[in-house]
Amino acid sequence: MDARTMKDIYLPEPATLLEVKPFTEMETYYRIKLDSGRPLGHKPGQFAEISLAGIGEAPISISSSPVKTDHFEMVIRNVGNLTRALRTLKDGDRVGIRGPFGTSFPVNDVMKGKDLLYICGGMGLVPMRSVIQYTLDHRDDYGEITICYGTKSPSERLFTDELENWGKRKDIAFLETVDRGDDSWKGNVGVITKLMPGISIDPHKTVALVCGPPIMYKFVLLELRKMEMSNENIYMSLERHMKCGVGKCGHCQINGLYACQDGPVFKYSEIADVKEAI
Amino acid sequence: MDDYRISGKKLKDLMEVLSREADLYAPVKKNDVALFKRIDSVSDINLDYRNTDVPSKNIVFPQTETIFSYTLDKDQKIEPPPVYRESIVFGIRPCDAHAMSILDSVFRDDFKDPYFLDKRKKLTLIGLSCDLPGASCFCTSLSGGPGNKTHLDMLFTRTGDDFFVEVVTEKGKAVIEKAKDLFKKATDKLKKQKDGNIKKAEALIKRNIAVDGIKQKLDKLFDSELWKELSQKCMGCSICTYLCPTCHCFDIQDEKTLEKGRRVRVWDSCAFPEYTLHASGHNPRPARMNRLRNRVYHKYSYYPDNFDMIACVGCGRCIEKCPVNIDLLDVLKKVKEAVK
Repeated sequence: MDARTMKDIYLPEPATLLEVKPFTEMETYYRIKLDSGRPLGHKPGQFAEISLAGIGEAPISISSSPVKTDHFEMVIRNVGNLTRALRTLKDGDRVGIRGPFGTSFPVNDVMKGKDLLYICGGMGLVPMRSVIQYTLDHRDDYGEITICYGTKSPSERLFTDELENWGKRKDIAFLETVDRGDDSWKGNVGVITKLMPGISIDPHKTVALVCGPPIMYKFVLLELRKMEMSNENIYMSLERHMKCGVGKCGHCQINGLYACQDGPVFKYSEIADVKEAI
Repeated sequence: MDDYRISGKKLKDLMEVLSREADLYAPVKKNDVALFKRIDSVSDINLDYRNTDVPSKNIVFPQTETIFSYTLDKDQKIEPPPVYRESIVFGIRPCDAHAMSILDSVFRDDFKDPYFLDKRKKLTLIGLSCDLPGASCFCTSLSGGPGNKTHLDMLFTRTGDDFFVEVVTEKGKAVIEKAKDLFKKATDKLKKQKDGNIKKAEALIKRNIAVDGIKQKLDKLFDSELWKELSQKCMGCSICTYLCPTCHCFDIQDEKTLEKGRRVRVWDSCAFPEYTLHASGHNPRPARMNRLRNRVYHKYSYYPDNFDMIACVGCGRCIEKCPVNIDLLDVLKKVKEAVK
């Protein structure tokens, strides 16, 4: 077997952008389909590598539920060469996709039958939406569902139509806050941990799922501890600078762990003692 | 397997034979830097080195390597990498061969890396024993030695004007088959001479450390002030990682002209701040202290955790080449002293 016959883990598959839609000043939404027609086959919380020939490649969370198999969705912040170029693309343009990679949230075992507490900060909603959607698609499999979402400002809120829908639903509790409000904002103001003391949960039958900017984790963990949540029942998706996605290049290494392979979704009890993780 | 002898005068003939049959890599000197190159003319081979300045990992893991190329027209036709030829490296030191075995673990684990593994499978390692170990060498502390043949296909050892040749694997046997008339059966006398030479070389290795237990000590030292002290003079130049035969971190980048482009992987280093920098600006390893510590831990704690082996072969290059004389052995000795 030579390099041509061995499965090439670095070779992207061609894919087409079915829809490109600016969400905010910085974030753009993409609906993507693999040209081969095969479903991406991801699990909630996984990521894929998206690339443009001549520009580069980056790991991006998959934002849609695997329940939809004819396409998948990503929301990408314009922060570098590749993401800037992606921002200029139009419906029908083509990209390269590798993946899915990494671990996922345990929707089919640990989470089943449990109450779910989602804590999403800023872009953290993007990967978390794949799990939220999945659990809403299988609503009867789970107990109470509480979603907390915090952004810096009202203009940075993502998936606003969906947020409105979540707010109206009677079978979930949806709480929102912004760090700084504006004239149009009538909701909560303050960081996401301000929402948490008002939430009443049964720590023994709840699974908490956390994703947000690095600074958010330790403060959210303090609140979860006050709620008497055990580390065993907290799952978090960690951000790292990843490159290859397949545990070789070393970039995303957290001590002996690779965020791209052992993560990005970790059970907190498994990383509580890992230095540099949180 | 059998032992052979080849006359020093015949070595050039052997190199000619080998370079006809396969891509031959051997040490050359460029601007006084000894490194492995693919040999076009055997007269370029230069065996006057203690160890090559650049480790031989570049043969299977080049500093810049095309993963695939593509056209930039509407079709974006992708051209996969070339089919690699059978290759032979001559003159690799036992420590660098040991390092290749260490690299195997990463590139073989879970996802198989097709580029590395294909080249590795087609590569025959012909070692050359060290007769003059360097002042920073400590391979004997990491189960190696100037004449250690564990990770090689065959090993040559200088014995006067001749080379004593040990065949280790089937691949090594195939080399003998290719040039039968150049090799003669070795005599017991020559073997004794060879053993004596290796002993002499071993005696020249002055530096050593008992590596047992270092991992357990590191586990208790992560938050120690020691790392701040040790990193005071580090400039973050990353030479220690680039010249380390077991360092394998890489970046993936695109290069293009108007009509075509290629995706390449290039060596990268955990000594650079950009290496861990998030797009958001956050950096989980923000200071040199974090990065120096990571390098030591990766070799002596994380790699043993993941693959049950220390990712260091005692080649001493990081000690020899560090512009500010950060000495890995001193670091490890301080680690041992810091935890009683």
